[in-house]
Amino acid sequence: MKAELRDILTSFRASYLRELRAYFATPLAYVFVAIFLMLVGVFTWEASRFFDTGLADLQPFFYWHPWLYMIFLPALSMRLWADEIAYSTSELLFSLPVSLFGLATGKLLAAWSVAALSLVLTFPMWITVNYLGAPDNGAIAITYLTSLLMAGAYLSIGAAMSSLFSSQVLAYIAGILVAFVFTAAGWPMLVGAISGLLGAAAGDLVAQFSFLTYFETAQRGVLELRALLYFVGVILAWLSLNTIWVANKRAFAG
Amino acid sequence: MLELKQLSKSFGGRTAVASMSFSLNKGEVLGFLGQNGAGKSTTMRMAAGVIEPDRGDVIVAGHSIVSNRREAQRRLGFLPEGAPLYPDMTPLDFLNFLCSAHRISRSDCRSAVERVTADARIADVMSKRISTLSKGFRRRVGLAGALIHDPDVLILDEPTDGLDPIQKRAVRALISRMAKDKAIVISTHTLEEVPAMCNRVIVIDQGKLIADSSPEEMAKRRKGGLEEAFIDLVSKKEAASNEG
Repeated sequence: MKAELRDILTSFRASYLRELRAYFATPLAYVFVAIFLMLVGVFTWEASRFFDTGLADLQPFFYWHPWLYMIFLPALSMRLWADEIAYSTSELLFSLPVSLFGLATGKLLAAWSVAALSLVLTFPMWITVNYLGAPDNGAIAITYLTSLLMAGAYLSIGAAMSSLFSSQVLAYIAGILVAFVFTAAGWPMLVGAISGLLGAAAGDLVAQFSFLTYFETAQRGVLELRALLYFVGVILAWLSLNTIWVANKRAFAG
Repeated sequence: MLELKQLSKSFGGRTAVASMSFSLNKGEVLGFLGQNGAGKSTTMRMAAGVIEPDRGDVIVAGHSIVSNRREAQRRLGFLPEGAPLYPDMTPLDFLNFLCSAHRISRSDCRSAVERVTADARIADVMSKRISTLSKGFRRRVGLAGALIHDPDVLILDEPTDGLDPIQKRAVRALISRMAKDKAIVISTHTLEEVPAMCNRVIVIDQGKLIADSSPEEMAKRRKGGLEEAFIDLVSKKEAASNEG
């Protein structure tokens, strides 16, 4: 048990540092952060008409997070395993005395760190609302924390999808499709349609699987234990699937 | 030091390796020969723990690759076919990454990097990005990576492919230097370099072992030396399987 834990930590550290370096050795992380910040700004100021709300809070900013994450985070995670398969470096990786779970966790955490950096760099939004009024900073902190957890959930889906393909493009498309299911399941229009067809209980049940449902609670400034457990559970579930899929590659690879 | 026991692997109903068994002692350098598609790379990948065998086992310095993979892999260095590397890294970053994966401490890593840098003659390119290196340098970086933890067993898939004659000679000299302390398996298509590097030869065909001897003994089988003997062995086997 102790040896297994040590292997996981060793593999995690090696993988995390390698992937983080890889993000910043190429323009990928910089381009991602720049485009994310630009679009967050456009959606907050323009699409949500931030100044027309007359409120000093970050609701118009957080509102777009699930949708932006759905589109952008698979772009960050698509290379994690697809590149290993495409460049055959998976051969090298599998010949090392490493834990696959540790490797998968390291890769996910590296992508999550880039996403966290993007989120941290939105601090001018927070400064702006504090300059304009007296927002509930506790609620803002809760929403930021939940947004970060939600980013981890989107990335865990993207990373798992990346392990199924040798093409980054296919990994990206698959990542968006699965992420869309987990997002749209809580979309009021869809929940309403399901409720109308199958009854309110069915609509509620489907909504319970959506990131939107739990993130909306956080946007009201409520830190719910079930939301934290949900996002952590989703991350662990997809991380486990990711590890199993990579292990299957070793077992059945041609 | 290295023992393959009844190793078998099939892909989609096609047998790639069928009940392959042999063992290798310290000091032995094995030339692992066969035509394209004979099952060399699959055998080497199973021996290195890259893919799992359907049946059988590989014992590396007393550790089973099936039941105790990581312990076996700690004692094994592998250079995969084509020497795949991370293009965004420098050789120094790459070797440091391998040190982390092998749990080599920072101070030991520094001396290990110095050792393999000198052995593989890559000192001049240590801070260049791997994507900018020539094929020959990439292969030497891959070789340095396989040696970083000073393994008991080395499995090298086409280690001299893509190297110029001078680099080939340097790699052969390196392998000869390491031979007395390790068990080494080398796959190559360049038969003339086998006698220079290897003291044992195994020929496989259609996933089965068809010959196991010293390069000298094998060369004596036919007038034209090792190359003719190899062609003779493989074509006889093919004719027999066609008749069957």
